[in-house]
Amino acid sequence: MQKKLILDSKQLHITLSRLCQQLIENHTNFSNCVLLGLQPRGIFLAELIHERLKSLKVNVPLGYLDATFHRDDFRRRDTPAKASETRVPFAIEGKNVVLIDDVLFTGRTVRAALDAMISFGRPAKVELLVLVDRKATRDLPIAADYVGKYVDTHDTQRVLVELQASGSKQNKVWLISKE
Amino acid sequence: MSKLSQRHLLGIKDITRGDIELIFETADNFKDVINRPIKKVPSLRDVTIANVFFENSTRTRLSFELAEKRLSADVINFSASGSSVKKGETLLDTVNNILAMKVDMVVMRHASAGAPHFLSKHIKANIVNAGDGTHEHPTQALLDGFSIREKLGSVEGKKIAIIGDILHSRVALSNIFALKKLGAEVMVCGPPTLLPKFISTLGVQVELEVKKALDWCDVANVLRIQLERQQLKYFPSLREYTLYYGINKKMLDDLKKKIVLMHPGPINRGVELTSDAADSHHSIILDQVENGVAVRMAVLYLLAGAA
Repeated sequence: MQKKLILDSKQLHITLSRLCQQLIENHTNFSNCVLLGLQPRGIFLAELIHERLKSLKVNVPLGYLDATFHRDDFRRRDTPAKASETRVPFAIEGKNVVLIDDVLFTGRTVRAALDAMISFGRPAKVELLVLVDRKATRDLPIAADYVGKYVDTHDTQRVLVELQASGSKQNKVWLISKE
Repeated sequence: MSKLSQRHLLGIKDITRGDIELIFETADNFKDVINRPIKKVPSLRDVTIANVFFENSTRTRLSFELAEKRLSADVINFSASGSSVKKGETLLDTVNNILAMKVDMVVMRHASAGAPHFLSKHIKANIVNAGDGTHEHPTQALLDGFSIREKLGSVEGKKIAIIGDILHSRVALSNIFALKKLGAEVMVCGPPTLLPKFISTLGVQVELEVKKALDWCDVANVLRIQLERQQLKYFPSLREYTLYYGINKKMLDDLKKKIVLMHPGPINRGVELTSDAADSHHSIILDQVENGVAVRMAVLYLLAGAA
C-alpha cells in the first residue's frame, strides 16, 4: 500500500480560505443561502467552511443531509449502508443550497443527495462544493462548482481526508494506492 | 455491523441485542423521514411485499402497509376471509402461490404459534412475523422498546411491568425477550389464572397486586384481556377484573414518581384502562403507533438490504 500526501495542513488551510472567498464572490448576498453537509464525512468539511465564513462575518445556516435511503446500490451490496442523522433545521423551499462533501468520485452519492434534498422542498438553486475532485472517475454527469483540488486517480485508488474535526491528529489529505 | 444476524424476523428470541440496537438506530433515521414534507424514500422500489393476514388486524396491518409504501415497495394484501383458504388450501400452498407471483418478502400473521417458523423452512422469501398465535409479536416488542428508549433515554436498567392477560399475549412474550436482552428489569402482573405457570423461568418477577406493580415500575405496559382467545373462564366477570386489575388516572397520579403508561392496542376502555388514564399525560400510546411505522421500516429495510 502506498500513501501519497496530496494536501498538508497548511495547504488545506489555504484551500479552505480560497473556497470561502469563492463562495463570497459568487453570493453577493447570503440571506437566501444554506449549507448542507453530506453525511457521513462531508459534515466535518461543512462545519469548517461554516466556521470560516462566520469569521469572515458571513452567517449561513448549516444542515446535515444523509442520502443512505436514496442510494442506488441498495440490495446490490452485501450489507445495507448504515444511515446517519439528517438535520435540516430550515426550509429548503426556494433556497440557494450549497451541498458540501469531502471527495467527489463517481457522483452517485451526490445524485442520491439531490434526491434526498428534494424531499424537503424545491430549492431555487443548488451548487456543489468538494475538497477533492477525482478527475475522470465519474459514472454520472455531475460536476462540482467549487473544488479544493483536482486529482488524477484510478478506480482502485482511494482518497483519504483526515480532519481534526473528525478525530484525526492533523488536517491532511492522502491518496492511497493498493500496490 | 450494519447487518442483522438473521434473514427473517420470526421472533425476538432468535435475534441478538446487537440486532435490536441496529433496528433502533435505523428506526431513528426513519422516524426523521416520516416527519418530512415528503415522507417517502426509494430504497425498496424493486421489492414486492405480501402482507398475508390469516387473523384480524387493524393497526399492525396498516402500520406494515404504510411502512412498505414509505419505502416505495410494491405491496399486495391478502386476508384469509374471502380467500381460497376457506376452500381448504394449505398454508404452504397459499404462500407458494403468492410467491410464484415474484414476491420478495412476506409479512405474516397467523393464529397458530410457529406458522412463520414453519414457512421459513420451506420458502426463500424473507419472512416477518406479524404475530403468531399466543407466541410472538416481534415488531410490537421492538416498537415498545423503541418508545421506552425514546421517552426515557434508554431501556437498560429500567423497570418495566407488563400488566394484564399474560397467558394469551404474544406481545408479553416478545416484550419479555426484548426488554431482558436490552438489560431492563421485567415484572409481569395479572390474575394468577392469566399468568403462565413457568413464566418466572424467563427471569421475570411475578406480582399479583397491580398497586405494587405500579409502585415498583418506571413503565407500565398494560395489555388487553383477549376474550377471543379465552375458551375457559379465567375470572368471574369483566367488572371484577376491572375492580382488581383496571388502572385509572387517580392510581397513576397518586404514585410517588411519574411513570410511563403504554398499551399495544386495541384498548378496551373501561376494562384494563379507564379513558382518563389512557388519555392522560402518562400515556405514550399514540407515540407507540407512530414509532411502529418507523420501526417496521427499519426491519424491512435491514432484511431487504441483506438479501
